[in-house]
Amino acid sequence: MNNNKVSLVSLFTSFASIGAITFGGGYAMLPFLEREVCDKRAWIKNEELLDFYALGQCTPGIIAINVATYIGYKKRGFLGALFSSIGIIFPSIFIITIISALFINFQDNQYVISAVAGIKVVVCALIANSIYRLVKKSIIDKTTFSLFIIALICLFIFKINIYLLILLSIIAGLVIKKVKKELSHAK
Amino acid sequence: MTLFALFLCFLQIGAFSFGGGLAALPLIQQQVVTLNNWMSMSEFTDLIAIAEMTPGPIAVNSATFVGIHLFGIKGAIVATLGCILPSILFVAALGFLYNKYKKHYLLEGVLAGLRPAVVAMILSAGISIFLIAVFGTELNSFNIYAIIIFLCALYFMAIKKVNPILVLLLSGIIGGGFYIFMGLPI
Repeated sequence: MNNNKVSLVSLFTSFASIGAITFGGGYAMLPFLEREVCDKRAWIKNEELLDFYALGQCTPGIIAINVATYIGYKKRGFLGALFSSIGIIFPSIFIITIISALFINFQDNQYVISAVAGIKVVVCALIANSIYRLVKKSIIDKTTFSLFIIALICLFIFKINIYLLILLSIIAGLVIKKVKKELSHAK
Repeated sequence: MTLFALFLCFLQIGAFSFGGGLAALPLIQQQVVTLNNWMSMSEFTDLIAIAEMTPGPIAVNSATFVGIHLFGIKGAIVATLGCILPSILFVAALGFLYNKYKKHYLLEGVLAGLRPAVVAMILSAGISIFLIAVFGTELNSFNIYAIIIFLCALYFMAIKKVNPILVLLLSGIIGGGFYIFMGLPI
């Protein structure tokens, strides 16, 4: 994969198109990112996208912007980061400007409310589909499966803070790596 | 009240919000309603509704909305740029380290631990959106139509490989049409 082939303009247009169709931002953006950046453009692999979500979650800033910026940075350095993040905000500026200029009480319009309700359901289906693909690619052995189940239990039953979960996962990852290293030395 | 103050305000929101989306809203409320009095609480409630109902990240939509409210399109551009500037700087620094040390065993360990947790977090975010879509915000109603649309959408996208954008558009039309014919939102 030749990194120089990705133009700044294509970074901008790709992320602008993602920004224009993402309802909800952050995790809701994942299915469209996968489709555009992994499948269509082949800029990064699905596993890398998951890394960028992990890093984007730990980096200060809005997660949707962080993920876009990581991808842009990876392809074209600082300028790539700039063009990707400006791409993702461009539709927001455009759409919100139009709505606030033309539609008074847009948020109270029953047709709009109902249309958005329909769209939100499909966003769930999209996320479900992406999660299935992610689980298949990243929950690959006993270790990752156990970590996944423990994280789910922490989130749903103990309702732990997301940053505590991140910290614990990092510690668990380091400990497992260390143990595996020791074991391979012992052999 | 100046453009620069607006920029600084959203720069802080961009720098101190982790995770984004709904997590950034309390921070925006504090800056915009409580500290600076740029908006009343009811204007802020409208802001949340519009930011959730329009495409794009919620925090960015909010920044744009506050900017327009105060200074028109100039304000929108300044506020959103303030919002993304910290991301660009932090990510450029961390991205550099990630590219350089991706194969280092410590970073490999960190990422190996984070990956399953992130999948779990995405699953949990997906489930909470689903619960709200089906059972309402207070989780006290049951919406059979939402489940039907969910299953149809999943079938067409996952099995029939229909373009998700088309499905998204159709679901919006179905949602709007539902109100026209049934007289109630989905």
